[in-house]
Amino acid sequence: MLALQILITGFAISALYGRGAVGFTLIFGVSGVLNLSHGAIMVVAAVAAWASASFLGFGRYGGAAAGVLAGFLLSYATYFLVVRPIQNSRAIPRDEKEIFVLTGTLLWGIMIQEAVSYLFSNTPKTVLPLLPGVVGIFGVRTPANEIVTFAISWLVIGLLWLLVNRTRRGKTLIAAAMNPRGLTLLGFEMANIHRTVWAIYGVLAGIAGVLLGAFLGVSSDNVGTLTASAFSIVVLGGLGSVSGSLIAAYVVGYLETVTAYLVAPSVRSVPVLLLLVLVVYLRPQGLLGRR
Amino acid sequence: MTDAPSRRLLPCAAVLAACAAVAAASASAAEPIRIGVIAEAASVAGASIPNAAQLAADEINAAGGVDGHPIEIVAYDNKSSAADSVRAFQRAVQQDHVAAVIASYISEVVLALEPWAGRLKTPLITPGAASDLITHRVHDDYDHLKYVFHGYLASTQIADAVCDAARDLLVGPLKMTTAVVLSEDAAWTIPLDAEYLNCLPKIGLKVLDHIRLAPDTADFTPVYNKIEDEKPDVIITGISHVGVQPTVQWAEQHVPIPMFGVASQATTSTFWKDTNGAANGVAFNMFSAADVAVTAKTIPFAAAFQKKYGVTPSYAGYTAYDEVYILADAFKRAGGTDADKVVTALEATDYVGTIGHIQYLGTDSPFTHGMRIGAGYISGLLVQWQDGKQVTVWPKDVAVGALSFPAFIKLPQ
Repeated sequence: MLALQILITGFAISALYGRGAVGFTLIFGVSGVLNLSHGAIMVVAAVAAWASASFLGFGRYGGAAAGVLAGFLLSYATYFLVVRPIQNSRAIPRDEKEIFVLTGTLLWGIMIQEAVSYLFSNTPKTVLPLLPGVVGIFGVRTPANEIVTFAISWLVIGLLWLLVNRTRRGKTLIAAAMNPRGLTLLGFEMANIHRTVWAIYGVLAGIAGVLLGAFLGVSSDNVGTLTASAFSIVVLGGLGSVSGSLIAAYVVGYLETVTAYLVAPSVRSVPVLLLLVLVVYLRPQGLLGRR
Repeated sequence: MTDAPSRRLLPCAAVLAACAAVAAASASAAEPIRIGVIAEAASVAGASIPNAAQLAADEINAAGGVDGHPIEIVAYDNKSSAADSVRAFQRAVQQDHVAAVIASYISEVVLALEPWAGRLKTPLITPGAASDLITHRVHDDYDHLKYVFHGYLASTQIADAVCDAARDLLVGPLKMTTAVVLSEDAAWTIPLDAEYLNCLPKIGLKVLDHIRLAPDTADFTPVYNKIEDEKPDVIITGISHVGVQPTVQWAEQHVPIPMFGVASQATTSTFWKDTNGAANGVAFNMFSAADVAVTAKTIPFAAAFQKKYGVTPSYAGYTAYDEVYILADAFKRAGGTDADKVVTALEATDYVGTIGHIQYLGTDSPFTHGMRIGAGYISGLLVQWQDGKQVTVWPKDVAVGALSFPAFIKLPQ
């Protein structure tokens, strides 16, 4: 019974972590940007879904759509207002740009966090579940929304796989991750590819935020933790590797759930951090990292 | 006409010292008395504190202030941090020259400020922190810490109020016999839990388990699973830093056990929307509520607050409002803002506020400078969220509704 409970809860949480981290790793792989405003974008998506459902009367589906749209728009804003100006700046030396982007997105995330807490307070908000009610799975009372979370997560990841592996536009993303210089020589516009990847990222982060809001609830205080959790999953899986991130998401999700159930909920993140230290020490490139 | 000011200034230049003295004297006639308010501006419970204090100050000033001096509220956001609060307290006293400070609903913050109130000899009242240690420290080191007053109840007293309500509502009519205590790990819940474990068996609720949550817990599924396995009749809560998430997950997972006890976030009117209505059925302790005339001042205050700020005050709003009046009254009786005289005046407080009849206990009580509780002074209420409204269900003489639970709750047969 307990094992089954751990299996089901761990599945839903891992799926959620996976989708949050895939967008994060995609951006890094393709455009070399570590977006530290990741958590803030997820929180805004969730809060937008909550606010539009409870104040504007959008309902549960309208609210969820508004949340994803908010994630998408904010991702674009992050790219055009923060990342792109730094990348194009002549004042910043070339080899310092990465650190500027890192700092810039971190500060941007803090600004968003403060804005959310100013407008909506730091009390956690919960998004209306897409599917209310509970179902019994072999005697485990499971909220229907947990199944929806799981299904949507895999649907989105499946679509992403199709996009990247089966479409021309998607293939250029892989090429850009492997050898941006070669791609430019072939006449592809890198700015165009970056716009595409930020758009995909925005939708992924938006969906992740909305589902997280419905599953656990989010508050502006979670911004740092969400970024850190995506970051550790991505480091564990190998920076830039999508499948590595997915595997790492399941490792982290299950490790946390098992700890929460068998040891104590208050120490759920401890074994993951220990594992992270171990991985960085023994295999710094991560599980499936290329470098 | 235009050279009139300069003509007046000219002699001033000659007798500068005398003029300065005159200027100072004329300014002090209308000089405001400042009260510092240090609170958690981003949290719903904390945001009520400066707002309620401002409302009280506006009313006092409209009625002529304290012997002609208006009250000025200087608000500081402590970002829920003890370190920020200490800096704010130092700034309030040393730069902004406040006469007293009203601070925070977090026990850790107030415990950090307590020695500073003593060092800087500035009266400090907390409208919402609950740890018993706040008053015990005053008792043990009165000479240094006599500046600290407890404007909210101590955890032990709150636990007793919850037990009284549980006896009348759960043990009597619903025949409940078992409970699990679920609290967040914080300074204020240590004495709360100790008293729960002491008073629940006395009223006939056997405590099957005692769970302390990390305040950053986000997924409560394992906690609820564990509790369900133990099959208690009720979950007795002690939560303040968490609230929305455990409530939503309780409703979403259809945990069939009622939640009853202290849930600070549930005291605010925004809680219903924050939880998308999952709050339905949550029963919690309060000492004043917007729908109950605890005293003649309760409902008018809640209405004025709602009119001005759009939400009903959190529990710490009622107390913060009372405390500005209590301080104003103490300044008046002390004939000024001299800290030691104000402390003596505060000790003699006999004031009917929004939460009841307020008197502070003396050094003979271990709760020195805590509030006197019991019939005729401060006594608790039990309020329940029912279809978007906070309905007071206990005690009988002020109740406006009856306890009722959502359909997924299974009550003992």
